[in-house]
Amino acid sequence: MKIAPACVLFLSGCAGTQSALDADGPSALALENLIILFVAVCGIVFVLVMGVMAWALVRSPGAPDRPRPQTERSMGRVVAGAVVATFVVITFLTAASFYATPGLDRGKADPPTILVRGQQWWWQFTYLDPDPARTFQTANELHIPVGTDVRLRLEASDVIHSFWVPNLTGKQDLVPGRENALTLHASKAGVYRGQCAEFCGLQHSHMALLVIAEEPDDHARWLEAQRGAAVLPADSEAAAGKLVFMSKPCAACHTIRGTEASGTTGPDLTHVGSRSMIAAGLLDNTRGSVAAWIADPQTLKPGNNMPLVPVSSEELRQLSAYMKALR
Amino acid sequence: MRWFGKIPSPADLAAGDEKAEAALRRTWSTPTGVLGALSTVDHKIIGRRYIATAFVFLMLGGVLALAMRLQLAFPEARFISADRYNQIFTVHGSNMMFLFAVPVMEAMAVYLVPLMVGTRNIAFPRLNAFSYWIFLAGGLLLWISLALDTAPDVGWFAYVPLAGPQYGPGKRADIWAQMITFTEVSALAVAVEIVVTVFKLRAPGMSLDRIPIFVWSMLVTAFLVIMAMPAIMLASSSLILDRLVGTQFFNPAEGGDALLWQHLFWFFGHPEVYIIFLPAVGMVSAMISTFTQRPTFGYLPLVLAMIATGVLAFGLWVHHMFVAGLPRVGSSFFTASSMAIAIPAGTQIFCWLATLWDGRPIFKTPMLFIIGFLITFVIGGLTGVMVASVPFDTQVHDTYFVVAHFHYVLIGGSVFPLIGAIYYWFPKMTGRMMSETLGRWAFGLIFTGFHLTFFPMHILGLQGMPRRVYTYPPELPWAGLNLFVSLSAVILAAGFLIFFIDVLRSVRHGPEAGSNPWNASTLEWAMPSPPPPYNFRHIPVVESREPLWTSGETLPVATGLRLDRRELIVSSVAAADPEAREASPADSIWPFLAAIATSIMLIASIFSPWAVIWGAIPVAITLTGWFWPKQTPEDES
Ligand code: HEM
Ligand SMILES: [Cu+2]
Repeated sequence: MKIAPACVLFLSGCAGTQSALDADGPSALALENLIILFVAVCGIVFVLVMGVMAWALVRSPGAPDRPRPQTERSMGRVVAGAVVATFVVITFLTAASFYATPGLDRGKADPPTILVRGQQWWWQFTYLDPDPARTFQTANELHIPVGTDVRLRLEASDVIHSFWVPNLTGKQDLVPGRENALTLHASKAGVYRGQCAEFCGLQHSHMALLVIAEEPDDHARWLEAQRGAAVLPADSEAAAGKLVFMSKPCAACHTIRGTEASGTTGPDLTHVGSRSMIAAGLLDNTRGSVAAWIADPQTLKPGNNMPLVPVSSEELRQLSAYMKALR
Repeated sequence: MRWFGKIPSPADLAAGDEKAEAALRRTWSTPTGVLGALSTVDHKIIGRRYIATAFVFLMLGGVLALAMRLQLAFPEARFISADRYNQIFTVHGSNMMFLFAVPVMEAMAVYLVPLMVGTRNIAFPRLNAFSYWIFLAGGLLLWISLALDTAPDVGWFAYVPLAGPQYGPGKRADIWAQMITFTEVSALAVAVEIVVTVFKLRAPGMSLDRIPIFVWSMLVTAFLVIMAMPAIMLASSSLILDRLVGTQFFNPAEGGDALLWQHLFWFFGHPEVYIIFLPAVGMVSAMISTFTQRPTFGYLPLVLAMIATGVLAFGLWVHHMFVAGLPRVGSSFFTASSMAIAIPAGTQIFCWLATLWDGRPIFKTPMLFIIGFLITFVIGGLTGVMVASVPFDTQVHDTYFVVAHFHYVLIGGSVFPLIGAIYYWFPKMTGRMMSETLGRWAFGLIFTGFHLTFFPMHILGLQGMPRRVYTYPPELPWAGLNLFVSLSAVILAAGFLIFFIDVLRSVRHGPEAGSNPWNASTLEWAMPSPPPPYNFRHIPVVESREPLWTSGETLPVATGLRLDRRELIVSSVAAADPEAREASPADSIWPFLAAIATSIMLIASIFSPWAVIWGAIPVAITLTGWFWPKQTPEDES
């Protein structure tokens, strides 16, 4: 349903990461088509109106001998016609947008399986399961299987945030005290960037997330791996890092399943080593950036809720080794 | 009119004129000196002051815009810290909406409406003086807080819980809420003055169907202000109570509701957009008639379209909340009503095009700004149709697409007509013309700069760039366009700079204007420029919609007002038949003192609720002084 090739050509220049014009799911595709339809129709309207204006400006009729009831009457008819035409266009566009809306509500019947919690300024994902032992948490990276609807339950713990991965579907707010829902559906495997879209305070700019859409088998394997507790690192530097982690305030805020660390203020770190980004999309998950983050989180992301925990450079090396070992 | 006796002949009038004029001047003049300046109630002086102040706020807000563009020019730039940036965009938005756009439109009305309806002063002139001072105090509060690094940082719509007591510590959000109170009090006061001036002080014969369209637009705007502002005052007061006294209106944990804020805010916030836009409709209609030398086509459809816009404006606040998770059925209704507003907007555009079609356009600077307005506003209106669609909005809400859309509507729809209007009415306000050459430069740079700055933002939004971000990562494809936009903003700023230079220069050095330099048709051009303190030597009698075109040089006039005291004609609402003579208040320092007392009370209440109680005492004293009954000449006779 691609309308007006010229317009597509113009818009396709915009495609790229995190773009509403680069749909990879049925819902985002319906929206993309709607966007193109609106831009095309409105573009035509704009050209028509400007054409009339330009003509009116250059045609320069004779001296303005008022009053001229004849012209007034014929202009009246034209204006009335234009108003009726506006009405028709508006009705058409309204109908088109009602038609596109159901795409957003796909699969409303299924119970949500993933709980998304917005926090200042990171995302908490809880993969719900009727069996509490199989329920687990991750942060900032959401894994979903390709080709099926995934229902998200959206909640906020502090202020309003907005969950938005434009390649997959439109955004939906997370409002404290309310429960919203959203369906994601990726039609091909890939990594999609998303970002909080409602201003949520100091570090709103650094509240990104990744949606990782994988083939169902890979996804099942990933789920199994995530459900397990952290394995004790074999490497001695990492093992030393674990001791540092447990003896410092780190454990008060973070959970690492399989250890005594069970804080809930910060992201769950059980498998943090397997993620590709840290600090809600701010840094690549390399040992260097993990070390930099721990050494000085407040300069990298000023005002975030992780305090600076004083550690020696030796301890910093051990901690970063431990973080990378948590896979 | 019987009441005033016969219409005198020009010869009759000329005879006693010299002496009469001197007497009028004595009666209506403002005393010189500081005290005179602080106590004047002349609508022209207050109007000019109001307009100038609002433009200073425009300039300051523009500086903040440039600061934001500097920070966004490069990914991960570190010119401005996150905290500062959040303050800057909040102050930019709040300043532009509450200290520039709404006040400047009302200020234009304060200056122009009494002249256009043919009276000697606005209704409630002391309230008018008060409203200016209170507006100034609110503006100073906001800007001083920015200078002290404690400015609000929660966005101009200050959503809770972010602006609530728990997540907005310090006094920042309180300053925002109280600044709102100041500007709303001032806006409400002016709105009431305008409604009464238009309904009761019109020149004899100016029946409802002869009111200039600009005056209609301000009348509809004033009603919007009166109906919309209480919602925001309720909201900002509840916020202050939550923050200061510990009520829980907006705290979901205690039975409050975070979305209640959004409903209250947007019930005001959406009509606010039309409060800014409708006056521009009036300005465009006035100017387009003058610069085609024809009456604006479609008087009745235009007036009806403005009223329809005003009514519809209250039916579509929810379109700001399409992604908040409200029930779909409701959203569908609001989609339809938001789309419907395109119909009155379209009607207005078509009427102007018809006027252009039938007249012979004269390409002076105001006309250029009208053309710029038509081009820009049509784009802004069409993107408005886009964001009115729920599914469309789920992709672009809170992205740069919306930033582009609302700047097209606000700058294209209001600031362009406003600048045109300044060029147009400047001779009436100052007695001098602005420069046509500089005007063309200003227009060229502002128009080009504007489109280069804001058009690419549509694309940035579709590419996924959220708004209110102080920086963005280099891997996303936004850097190039952002740099382009920032460079273009400099062109835009240069245009504004030329405009400001032209204004400052022309106040002193512009060529003398004469009473009606553009050959316009409405009453404000029937007097010398700038107008004498008493506006009209004789109150005109209006016999048509374009009195200066139909009556030529000699307007019929009504006589019978006293020269030795300030008197106005009070006329009937529909037909504007004279009903009575009424005294218009003299200059007084009390409105100024009352504004100071009120400001102290409101600002102190940010720190303690007790301030409301103790602060009420000086307010009461100053109000008593203000309304203290004086012997009027009526009592003597
Ligand atoms: C002088 C040219 C202007 C430029 C270059 C400019 C630029 C900007 C920028 C960069 C933002 C921040 C967007 C974001 O981070 O989300 C912004 C926000 C805003 N601007 Fe402007 N602006 C200009 C004039 C105006 C005018 C004249 C008005 C109103 C009449 C206005 C009203 C607003 C509002 C309401 C916001 C939203 C603030 C918020 O998010 O709280 N701007 N502008
Ligand atoms: Cu956010």
